[in-house]
Amino acid sequence: MTALLAAQRVLPIGLGGRRAWLLIERNLFVYRSGWLVLLSGFFEPLFYLLSIGFGIGGMVGDVPGPNGELIPYAVFVAPALLATASMNGAIAESTFNVFFKLNYAKTYDAVLSTPMAPGDVALGEIGWAVIRSSLYAIGFMVVILVMQLVQSPWAVFAIPAAMLMSFAFAAVGMAATTFMRSWQDFDLINIVIMPLFLFSGTFFPITSYPPALQLVVALTPLYQGVDLLRSLILGHIDATLLFHVVYLVVMGLAGLAVVARRLDRLLLK
Amino acid sequence: MTPDESPTPLIHARGLTKKFGEFTAVDAVDFDVASGESFGFLGPNGAGKTSTMRMVGCVSPVTAGTLRILGLDPNVDGPRIRGRLGVVPQQDTLDTELSVRDNLVIYARYFGMSHAEARTKADALLEFVQLAERAKDKVEPLSGGMKRRLTIARALINDPSILLLDEPTTGLDPQARHLLWDRLYRLKQQGVTLVLTTHYMDEAEQLCDRLVVMDKARIVAEGSPLQLIERYSTREVTELRFAVGVQETLDGQLEGLGERIERLPDRVLVYSNDGEAAAAAANQRGLRPETVLVRRSSLEDVFLRLTGRSLVD
Ligand SMILES: Nc1ncnc2c1ncn2[C@@H]1O[C@H](COP(=O)(O)OP(=O)(O)OP(=O)(O)O)[C@@H](O)[C@H]1O
Ligand SMILES: [Mg+2]
Repeated sequence: MTALLAAQRVLPIGLGGRRAWLLIERNLFVYRSGWLVLLSGFFEPLFYLLSIGFGIGGMVGDVPGPNGELIPYAVFVAPALLATASMNGAIAESTFNVFFKLNYAKTYDAVLSTPMAPGDVALGEIGWAVIRSSLYAIGFMVVILVMQLVQSPWAVFAIPAAMLMSFAFAAVGMAATTFMRSWQDFDLINIVIMPLFLFSGTFFPITSYPPALQLVVALTPLYQGVDLLRSLILGHIDATLLFHVVYLVVMGLAGLAVVARRLDRLLLK
Repeated sequence: MTPDESPTPLIHARGLTKKFGEFTAVDAVDFDVASGESFGFLGPNGAGKTSTMRMVGCVSPVTAGTLRILGLDPNVDGPRIRGRLGVVPQQDTLDTELSVRDNLVIYARYFGMSHAEARTKADALLEFVQLAERAKDKVEPLSGGMKRRLTIARALINDPSILLLDEPTTGLDPQARHLLWDRLYRLKQQGVTLVLTTHYMDEAEQLCDRLVVMDKARIVAEGSPLQLIERYSTREVTELRFAVGVQETLDGQLEGLGERIERLPDRVLVYSNDGEAAAAAANQRGLRPETVLVRRSSLEDVFLRLTGRSLVD
């Protein structure tokens, strides 16, 4: 109970987040008329899969999978593309769109003159980013199932795992956005996202790095998601997965707490 | 919309202070607003009107002093108080990504209303502010006056006990202003407590039962429009406008024309209870103003008297 009260103070979210849903509802209203734009996020990982997984994969041939046996390159890459798609979907929604609403449309100023609190706005926007990117995750899972790139029944946990990933990235992305002063600052996000995308064990295993570098990469956020999803989809279950989950949960909650505080400071002056 | 008949004021402020860093935007102001009253803050740019309104709206923490709204402390019960307020902010904060009607429906949802309730209420309010035929349009193409009306409709969505209006008609053309005044007047008749800020004397005189004049973060006078005019001005004012350069040569020739003389850069104001007599007296002294205007005293004159400056600069 005391832990709950302490958590309430760090994450000032009214009524256990029930109000956060209302902000998600607002976003659903917005996309009700423009749902076509939502499709882009579905095609992105699909195109990567076709070009890199099958195109380049055809030249690479089989590669060693997490269990040590040889697997087609597309099988190796598909879970990582699911992970990066979850990251990108979450980041897109929680950075550009939030920046616009925060600084130009003044959407949250209006929201906060109702019983809604900054924590509700934080949780609502992050929740919406999670919903949006899970739709992509589900779509992509169906695609790779049909293409027979899934090797284990553990893959059913890939969707919740992808949602956890988008929660972590959306929360931290939105937290970063509250510190941005202009559109130029978004280049910083690309500078972080791009290397994560390329070097987190996405396209080749991190065992290719020297041991010291392996350790560094193993501690970066996208790697958690890539390894988690790949392990689930290919059926390689061990204790490190628990570490990934805890890492992503902590990352998400920390981001959420920062967002709530920053919105409070920025909007309730 | 009828507030409870409690003897305690709906808004109670004592020593209310707002600081931004070292800068004091609101300096220890005292005021009470009773249920059903319509109360105004009148003052020039930067006087601290918006800062005060934001504290009352529970979206800006109080730096010092006491503030009670509906008997509650904004620090403790912010969300609960906001649930009973309607807010028209100085700058429109309509949701440009939503249609006119959805702006109201979603806003109603923020107050915890059901979907059905939200839709019914939205449609009724669109009628009230005469925007029903624009319901499906986006917000952006609406005129300034329409946006303001939509913002007022939005502020009424929760049947507020207090309606806070920060410069409701600034920037609107006369026709749009009169339409808005009419809607606000109807709300007042229904017993809604109105709190508004304005630069405009006519607005304050039209809408406010009682007002405070704010200047440089402080309240400098308080009363009904009529009381303020009686206390700080005379019944009539004679405005004398001279040809360029002439006014500077009039030293010593104006004294005694009325109870008080105010020299503005472009004209001379003579305060007296008989404006025509003052005009005649000026004529007798051989003063030849280009134009002479006799009018009733207004809050503008009160403000000039209190601060030595005109209100709209
Ligand atoms: N967030 C803020 N940070 C720093 N100073 C502020 C802030 N908000 C207002 N001020 C300052 O406080 C003073 C009072 O501002 P306020 O907006 O309350 O005036 P106002 O009476 O509403 O003026 P106007 O008629 O122009 O709307 C001004 O000098 C303004 O610059
Ligand atoms: Mg203002």
